[in-house]
Amino acid sequence: MSTYLDELEQKVSADDPTLGDTEIQNYTINFGPQHPAAHGVLRLVMELDGEIVERCDPHVGLLHRGTEKLIEYKTYLQALPYFDRLDYCSPMGMEHSYVLAIEKLLNLEVPIRAQYLRTFFAELTRIKNHMLNLGSHVMDVGAMTPNLWLFELREDCMNFYERASGARMHAAYFRPGGVHQDVPLKLLTDIADWLDTRLPRLFEDAISLVADNRIFKQRNVDIAVVSKEDALKWGFSGPMLRGSGIAWDIRKSQPYDVYDRMDFDIPVGTNFDCYDRFMVRVEEVRQSARIMKQCLNEMPEGPVLSLDTKVAPPRRGEMKRSMEALIHHFKLYTEGFHVPAGEVYVATESPKGEFGVYLVADGSNKPYRCKIRPTAFSHLQAMDFMMKGHMLADTTAVLGAMDIVFGECDR
Amino acid sequence: MGHSAPKIATIPGIAEEIAGLLGSMLVETVDRADELSFTVVREKLADAMVVLRDRAQYQQLMEIAGVDYPERPERFEVCYHLLSVTRNHRVRVKVQTDEDTPVPTVTHIWPVAGWLEREVFDMYGVIFEGNSDLRRILTDYGFKGHPQRKDFPLTGYVEMWYSEEDKRVVYKPVKLAQDFRSFDFQSPWEGAQYVLPGDEKAPQAPGAPSPVAAPPPPPAAPKGEPAGATPKVTEKSEQTGAGEPANSKGHEKSPNAPVPPEEHTDEGKGAAKPEDKS
Repeated sequence: MSTYLDELEQKVSADDPTLGDTEIQNYTINFGPQHPAAHGVLRLVMELDGEIVERCDPHVGLLHRGTEKLIEYKTYLQALPYFDRLDYCSPMGMEHSYVLAIEKLLNLEVPIRAQYLRTFFAELTRIKNHMLNLGSHVMDVGAMTPNLWLFELREDCMNFYERASGARMHAAYFRPGGVHQDVPLKLLTDIADWLDTRLPRLFEDAISLVADNRIFKQRNVDIAVVSKEDALKWGFSGPMLRGSGIAWDIRKSQPYDVYDRMDFDIPVGTNFDCYDRFMVRVEEVRQSARIMKQCLNEMPEGPVLSLDTKVAPPRRGEMKRSMEALIHHFKLYTEGFHVPAGEVYVATESPKGEFGVYLVADGSNKPYRCKIRPTAFSHLQAMDFMMKGHMLADTTAVLGAMDIVFGECDR
Repeated sequence: MGHSAPKIATIPGIAEEIAGLLGSMLVETVDRADELSFTVVREKLADAMVVLRDRAQYQQLMEIAGVDYPERPERFEVCYHLLSVTRNHRVRVKVQTDEDTPVPTVTHIWPVAGWLEREVFDMYGVIFEGNSDLRRILTDYGFKGHPQRKDFPLTGYVEMWYSEEDKRVVYKPVKLAQDFRSFDFQSPWEGAQYVLPGDEKAPQAPGAPSPVAAPPPPPAAPKGEPAGATPKVTEKSEQTGAGEPANSKGHEKSPNAPVPPEEHTDEGKGAAKPEDKS
């Protein structure tokens, strides 16, 4: 040791302070494509200087299934289930944009009960999505228990999905002109009970474990701070934009269905970091529960699907008795309805942010072009700029706070 | 009452205001279904975007969508969707281009455009001048062709699977056990522009029981494309990899094939390096 120190002593000189230093090259590592914290198939090529991330190049597209191309070969109704499979954590949020885009092109009026049901289930979807995201975020940064509790709640949401639509995940429940089936009264009362008892108890318990937890704060506070200007420049939306202090919510500013009748608040961040994004989502769950309760209080009676026989299929009982209804049923499930030529861009506030559908119709029964605007695509792109100068271990916190699902990002 | 899609308050005189700001850069304004579209001169796109962002308060670029209209002389339309969070309004800006003419990039205005332009390049082959990172993004490493073009078949040209014999993933030209069939269910009595298969000899006399014939068309064009338009095929087989033994050792590229600025151009689509996806 002493000889080594002597050597160092000799090498260092006042003229060249770095003499004797060993040159270290930056280290490049692959994060993923199979990594439990990547929430899917994300490959991050990261250049590290020690443990500091210098550059981060996300490679996406490993889950690309050509959804947009497939939709061009399907009728409007056949294309609907593809939307469930985009963001498989919030299926009905994806359907919502698509059916609204079709309805806008058709200028189709939706019965009021259907609008309430869609708003109601869109908010249930938001809770379902946030249960997964909040839970996996805390698990990514080291806590185990809250995730299990929140998954319990997510499981409840899936059961409600199943009772409404017959499917736990890929519901295909929203249809152009309304929703597919009416819900039984017992389902609504059960959800009301759940909103009053189980959801607040389990959710607040789970959040109380992390919200003021020292370790959780150390992992999230002041991580990946994004200013308002940057958030706008990088095309952020949803909780990411609100986490950066911009009170922008499409449900408020460009209301669709019956959101204009709902009374709810928009949480915004003050510190613009990962902790804020987490807490914005926590508050959104409470606000969603509030909206759902209002929907239940005001839920009107009436049809749940448009009565326009050229777009919405007849009810089953009617189809069995009326020849005309039978013909309509046959034509709608073979040929499908025709949508007048035109183009619309319809964006809704999905649980992850602005989910848009740019639909170009040519007057036939198939979309000419259906461009899907995913939320994760823009957020993930900002990964490089958000990660710069952070530690490798912060990657999971940043990814968790972005709420990325690859079905939607890669389409 | 009408539809229940997001209600965006119309700002009175917004179309004229933007038209005034854009001046000679504007080609066409379309106001349909409460949505404003502005077609601008392609070369002036970046200038127009700066004007829209700084003087008309459209702070956010939400989306860039490509659309392919093969029958047009400039077949691609690139649509930029802008959002103003202060005025609560959306507009669409369009430019038209073809396979060879580049579109100016907007990455210096909105960094988010980087990936959005990469996607349009990947899907349509539209070149963005000034985008320094114009790699493929959604398709496979070493993919060839631009899958969202209307002349790209739904089945693609190349299929990939894990070969038990070779103990690796192989890429081969697509072989379908059954032909891909795209059924046309459109009502023939509502003005179809073609004769139904089997109806070619149907009597055309007045009072005939058969469907009143549409004017005998030129060779039946598939529905969905305008009558008389022949699909424009621009990709040579060496660009797409169709029908060639993809994994053969001596696979060589045509020297004429333009090399798109993408990652891994040095390798043929077949010669997937094992570390590519690992």
